[in-house]
Amino acid sequence: MDLRDTPEEAAFRAELRTWLDTNLPEKRRGGRGGAERFGEAFGREWSRLLYEGGYAGLTWPKEYGGAGAPYSFQAIFYEEMARAQAPAHVGVIGLGMAGPTIMAHGTEEQKQAHLAKILSAEEIWCQGFSEPDAGSDLAAARTRAERRGDVYVVNGQKVWSSFAHIADFCIIVTQSDPDAPRYQNLTYLIVDMHAPGVEVRPLRQITGEAEFNEIFFNDVEVPVSNRLGDEGQGWQVAMTTLLHERGTLGFALTAALEASVDKLIGVARERVNGDQGTRERIATEWIELQALRYTNYRALGTLQRTGIPGPEGSAIKLRWSEQNQRLTKLGRELLGPEGILDDGWWHHQQLRSRGNTIEAGTSEVLRNIVAERVLGLPKSR
Amino acid sequence: MDFAFTDEQVELKRQARAWLSERYPLERDWDGVQDYRWAELAELGWLGVSVAEEDGGVGLGFVEEVILLEELGYALYPGPYLATVGFALAALGPADRAAVAAGRVKWSAEVNGLTPWLGSVDKVVDMDGSAQDARGEELPTVDPSRPVGRLERTNGTPLPGGRDIPRARTAMAAEAVGIAQRVLELGIEHATTRKQFGKPIGVYQAVSHQLANTYADVELARSLVYWAAWCVAENDEQAPVAAAAAKAFAAEAAVAACERSIQVHGGTGFTWEHPLHRFYKRALWLEGLGSRPSELRGEVADAVLGVTVQV
Ligand SMILES: Cc1cc2nc3c(=O)[nH]c(=O)nc-3n(C[C@H](O)[C@H](O)[C@H](O)COP(=O)(O)OP(=O)(O)OC[C@H]3O[C@@H](n4cnc5c(N)ncnc54)[C@H](O)[C@@H]3O)c2cc1C
Repeated sequence: MDLRDTPEEAAFRAELRTWLDTNLPEKRRGGRGGAERFGEAFGREWSRLLYEGGYAGLTWPKEYGGAGAPYSFQAIFYEEMARAQAPAHVGVIGLGMAGPTIMAHGTEEQKQAHLAKILSAEEIWCQGFSEPDAGSDLAAARTRAERRGDVYVVNGQKVWSSFAHIADFCIIVTQSDPDAPRYQNLTYLIVDMHAPGVEVRPLRQITGEAEFNEIFFNDVEVPVSNRLGDEGQGWQVAMTTLLHERGTLGFALTAALEASVDKLIGVARERVNGDQGTRERIATEWIELQALRYTNYRALGTLQRTGIPGPEGSAIKLRWSEQNQRLTKLGRELLGPEGILDDGWWHHQQLRSRGNTIEAGTSEVLRNIVAERVLGLPKSR
Repeated sequence: MDFAFTDEQVELKRQARAWLSERYPLERDWDGVQDYRWAELAELGWLGVSVAEEDGGVGLGFVEEVILLEELGYALYPGPYLATVGFALAALGPADRAAVAAGRVKWSAEVNGLTPWLGSVDKVVDMDGSAQDARGEELPTVDPSRPVGRLERTNGTPLPGGRDIPRARTAMAAEAVGIAQRVLELGIEHATTRKQFGKPIGVYQAVSHQLANTYADVELARSLVYWAAWCVAENDEQAPVAAAAAKAFAAEAAVAACERSIQVHGGTGFTWEHPLHRFYKRALWLEGLGSRPSELRGEVADAVLGVTVQV
């Protein structure tokens, strides 16, 4: 157990700091995330810069455009990005979900076709899992994929798909065999978002922005070579995606939280003097942040030792989302009457945080997962 | 950056779990006199974990002691290990440390005017960091296995090390994590075996989600405790704030874990017969001794906001 950087880690951290100082203009720091970052070309430019600097896909193999670095470098990367209040790479879904799934289940051709382009932000990806009648119950997905020769013909509707309006590709879970038993009837496909028959309709969120979308598929022809895993194996492949969605993003989530806690402390220094109750609430958030941070480190330690993420990680998304909701509420509250003025940072963050306990598995579903898979309790369904 | 235990540390934890579960099982004469097995602890090297080898110790550090403290909490070990190793040891010079490692002298320390185990230790580190003989009136506490006393002070003998509050707080937090882990396991066992309405009660989310909440609490508390342990062991400048954070969080997590577990156990959990209340009482003792969670959060606020409140 040693929390200090190794010499290699320290060198990497120093290099990254210098790189950020040189490449990230002051006015680009501290943005509010969300859909805003796609409003202009900067997002893609910045992501490409990260890629060229060797900072996108740090843990991905070199042959696919990654850096082949240890997981600890990825952790340092997120820490330093948070410290510099740097905007994230735009390819959130590609980096966090599609990429790792392709790496685990893809053919060599698929890996060569997509992985490096995900890192360089040439390809933006989205995730089409949820449907109007299949949310928490993903296995109930009904979007139909009918095999005709060397294509699947896809018909149906996806919903809540973040970034679909700017995406080039989408990972979807489809129903390929309505007669097969549950969990054996799904097929996982990569869909070209520019293909004929794909229609995207943005959905406005409670923040007023449209970050997620409906996607309609009308006789969309998807080459069989775009399938990930075997026909009927879609559920297993989807589990890989969700593992990554909820697992390895821990550091990214905590880094974002750290930036918010720092901001909160800044606000509090200016405005809170003797209010013991508020001081305690701030301390609570700071403590919980450290708890999440060191839980990430423990999960990382287990990962580095055994190659498998530790079970500790399953609590991270759950607690992160709830903390972000408390924290942003507190930030807005501390501003007093100013806090309700429209378009403030805290105001926006507080509204956006309500999605945190819904996206990437609702808190209820995550508690089910902890209860059943980590604690070994009997299944609730 | 490596925040995992070494193979030796994992092995120490495993050994401690095995040794303690055999000698301090859940079925024991809780209300009788419990043997501290102090000589055996000395033999195992647990009393001298962080004592230098030339003084008869093992020459390891506080992280290993925290591993043991967590297991001692898990087993509800009755003796003054926490007081001797967690509260007093850091203040002592080489000769006293050697006597601790050999199991010859038990110590405690005054904590906000109260001295845990006053009646069963030999010496006490007082509020000024001096050594006193353990004399004074003993008072029962919420945890019957852990009385505290009011030390009768004389002119103490100065000690070289001084009081190490972060170390003491982290030690208490480590015990709290062990307690929370144990009552979580008891809750899981009960939720898996107890049936109502024809099903194990663990299928009901009102039950299982309470246990999932405890799980998340325990893991977060554990992370804070190991962080604080490392900071204390390495004399890191964050040790005071890390220890305050760890104690506040872990003590509250342990109390909440016990409360949820009692609820999950239904009427059984409310009986004297069932050991749950013993864990609950120890958790309350840990939460109450020294600074309370809200005071600790006040200290954390001072550290992160850089302002001290005038009340
Ligand atoms: C900001 C945001 C971004 C999103 N981005 C994407 C995306 O990019 N791609 C994508 O595919 N999806 C995305 N989603 C969708 C998200 O994954 C779903 O909203 C989520 O899985 C819940 O599904 P649902 O909305 O159908 O709600 P439902 O599943 O209908 O749930 C409604 C309520 O019932 C509870 N519930 C349901 N089942 C159970 C159960 N078994 N036990 C206990 N409680 C239960 C839920 O917890 C919830 O509180 C996004 C959602 C949000 C808010």
